[in-house]
This record gives sequence, C-alpha cells and structure tokens, in this order.
Amino acid sequence: MQGGTAAVERLFREEYGRLVASLVRRFADIDIAEEAAGEALVVALEKWPVSGVPPNPGGWLTTTAGNRAIDRIRREKQRDAKHLAALMYHDDTAYERTGAVEDDRLRLLFTCCHPALAPAARIALTLRLLGGLTVAEIAQAFLVPETTMAQRITRAKQKIAAAKVPYRVPENADLPERLGGVLAVLFLVFNEGYLATGDGDPVRADLTAEAIRLTRILRQLLPEEPEVAGLLGLQLLTEARRKARVRNGQLVPLGEQDRAGWDRALIAEGHDLVRECLAINRPGRYQILAAINAVHTDAPTASDTDWSQVVALYDRLTRLDPSPIVALNRAVAVAELDGPEVALTLVDRLPLPGYHAWHVARADMLRRLGRTAEAKEAYDAAIAATQNSAERAYLSRKRGELV
Amino acid sequence: MTHYLLSVHGPAELDEFGNYGSKEEMEEAFAATGAFNDKLRADGYWVFAGGLESAATATVVDGQGEAPVVTDGPYLETKEVIGGFWVIDAPDLDVALELAAEGSKACRGKVEVRPFGGLG
Repeated sequence: MQGGTAAVERLFREEYGRLVASLVRRFADIDIAEEAAGEALVVALEKWPVSGVPPNPGGWLTTTAGNRAIDRIRREKQRDAKHLAALMYHDDTAYERTGAVEDDRLRLLFTCCHPALAPAARIALTLRLLGGLTVAEIAQAFLVPETTMAQRITRAKQKIAAAKVPYRVPENADLPERLGGVLAVLFLVFNEGYLATGDGDPVRADLTAEAIRLTRILRQLLPEEPEVAGLLGLQLLTEARRKARVRNGQLVPLGEQDRAGWDRALIAEGHDLVRECLAINRPGRYQILAAINAVHTDAPTASDTDWSQVVALYDRLTRLDPSPIVALNRAVAVAELDGPEVALTLVDRLPLPGYHAWHVARADMLRRLGRTAEAKEAYDAAIAATQNSAERAYLSRKRGELV
Repeated sequence: MTHYLLSVHGPAELDEFGNYGSKEEMEEAFAATGAFNDKLRADGYWVFAGGLESAATATVVDGQGEAPVVTDGPYLETKEVIGGFWVIDAPDLDVALELAAEGSKACRGKVEVRPFGGLG
C-alpha cells in the first residue's frame, strides 16, 4: 500500500472510531483517548511515508496511541485514582477487526447519542468521535462558527465525564428506545448531507457517505435489528439517486430525474435490505420509509410508479407516527393517485406554515389546478422558507414559468 | 460510584393540600414517596433526603461584606421552586435517571438530576 500523507490520513479516518472507542474503554476518559489518537496520527505521518504502512495499521495505531496515553498519565503527577487504576490495567485484548473490539464502537455510539445530551451535541459528538471529522469540518457542515461547535462538543464531553454518562450498550429492555436515538442521529446526519442548509454545496456527499459508513458499522454490530437494516436501506436507496438530483445548480424532483443516472448497485443492495426487513416482519419507521423508496426505485419511469402502494405504505407509517410531516408526504402521493384537488384539501389542514416542504407541496398542487395567482404566492413562501440553494433555484424557475 | 442530587421542582404557591389537589391524593403521594425512600435504602442508593418548607420561609444571607446582610425570602423570586430532594449514590447516570423517574412518579413532581463535584 502507498504510504503518502493522503493515504495515511484516509487510513486514519477509517480507523479513528475504532481507535478512540478502544482507548475510551481502556482509559475511561474521552479527552485522553482523543489526544492519544491524535499523537498516534502524528507518528504515523512521520513514519509510514518513509518505512511503509505496517501490515496491521489498526493494531499499530492502537498500540502507539495506548503507549502515548500511558506516557501522558505518567508525566502528569497529580492523577486521581481512576487514572492510576487505568495505568495499572494491562490491556491484553488482542486487536481484531471483529468481536469484542467492535463492541467498543457500539458502546461509544450509545454514549454519544445519550438522551441526556442535547440533540445538536449528539450529532456533533458522533461525527467527531466515531466519524473522525475535525471540529472545523463539523462546524462547517452545520453552519455554526468553529468556536461555537468546539464549545458544544467540550460541554457535552464535560457532562459525560461529570454526570457519568455510561459507556455501554443499554440493557435489552432499554435497547429499542435508545437505539431509536442513535438511528435518529444517523438519519439527521444523512438528511443534512442530502438537503444541505445554507449557501454552500446543495448536496454534501461527505455527510451522506459518513452517515452510511456509520450505519453500516451499526448494522454489522446489530445485524438482527430490522430498523437498522431499514435505515441503511433508506439511505442507500436515497443515495442511489444523488447524482441525478441536482442539474445546473437546480434540484431535480424525483419525477423529472434521469433514471439512467441512478446507481444500480446501491439500488440492488437497498432492495435486498427491504426484502430482508419484510421477511423479519417487525415493521418500523425506517423500514417503511425504505420500502417507499424501494417502490420509487423499482419504477423504470416516473409514470410507472405504483402510487397506490406508496399511499398504502404511508398509511402504515401514519399508524406508527401520526405526525403532520408524515401526513404531508402522504398527501403528495395522494396527489398522484387521486389528483391534486383531493390532495390539496389534505395539505391545507396541516399546521405546517413554517415548513418549506408544505409550501412546496401547496405550490405544486395549486399550479396543477391552474390556480396561478395562489400558486405564485405559495412558491414565494416556499422560496422564502427553504435554505437549500438548489431547491431555491428550482422553485424560482417553476415560479417563473407560471403565466 | 457518583453522588447525584435529585431535586424536586414545583409551584412556589401551595394550597391546603400542597399541589396535590386533594387530601387523598396528597396522602397517596406521601405513601408512594415513603415506599420509594425505603427502596432506595434497601438497594443501597440512599444517602440523604428531605422535603423543604415553602419558599416563603427562606432567608438569604450575604456574608461577603463586613457585616452579614440578611434578606427575607428566597434568593430567586420564581413561580417554580425546589420543594425537596434526594442525594443518592449511583454507579452511573442511567441508574440515576431511572431512579429519578421513579421518584418523580412517587412525589408527583419534575426531578432535576445533577452530579456532585464533591461531597464531604
């Protein structure tokens, strides 16, 4: 393998979550773990380009970082009992790509997504500690100043240490609920990548890729959980359409996308996951969303879409989650099945005046009904409410086409 | 093990039956809280607990100047005040949150969970 700086950094990013998670287990301190991992990277950047990448880079990083952490603990005189205990602790866990070490990442994921932490902090910590993203990268992704993001992460880590947020996979009784929190974080990271807020890139492929990577790890660790398979399927079937989704800086809606540009390998993998979920027969929110996306990606052209199936799936989702957002998405499908007039009646009842997708749906339905003046107003409201540059560009064009 | 303060917050203005609504409900809450206290002791989490008199009985003292300044009333004038608390010793936050949920149900109040930085 090539040992250039870029290659070392890529390898390090891949190994980062595993490395930090094993160090947190060993030293029971996130700061020590992060610092030791950073020092191991510095050593790797010095050595590997000269002497080549060692045969087991993950094991090498774990050993080097572990030694650095012990050095640091020795250097600092005033250590409390916890750190002295960690120093005495002999880590005889063999480095393996599967098994006990993998569970460290799962433990760390549950710590990062603990309900006692603020939702924004959960996302940031997950990307930092498991994704290996820098604070600057996370700050940029969520459009906040780097100092704000650094403070958010520091505060969350202080709370984890002071309040003793546990570092373990929850007991079976609590697992479904706590797993829901982890899945929500991974779903949000993906969505932020797929419809980015702000004036930067309309689609952040780095964030969608990171969400998929972390969800794949979660699936490896919890292969029996259908909602994990569902979320992965949903992400893959959405990611498959990413390249066809923006053209000339404008968002291209599903019905107008060039389906030849869809990624067939991701679609095949996504469909397999949906079939697997159906066989397990313990439906949940992400599984149903994945199934809806399976229907879309199954249709050779937009007009081949089985809308009655889509509406039926939204009906099932409504039973699990009777929220106005689900009702809005269902109404968009109803517009295709029963026409825009029926759908508009459904949309107008929803209390979502601050949500850009509500205005987008109304604008489209009013346009199709020939109610041009109202459609223009709805497009204006949609443009004002959306924060994604490509979506704004698309909406402005649609509004401009109205006469 | 970490010490946590579980503080119960509720309305500052209390009627004849606390904020429980009726005599029966007040007695039920007292009984449930007593049972929860017994459980904390039996399971080894108990350190200390107590209910407080109303906030109107509080006095603020500032001893930082030459002579202490004494003022009537609670430090903050708010609609919701601390009404009582438990100090528990628990292995981690998940255990503390679980106990707080039980305590909250027993005493019919919202409970804030906060770790101690030190305990003499």
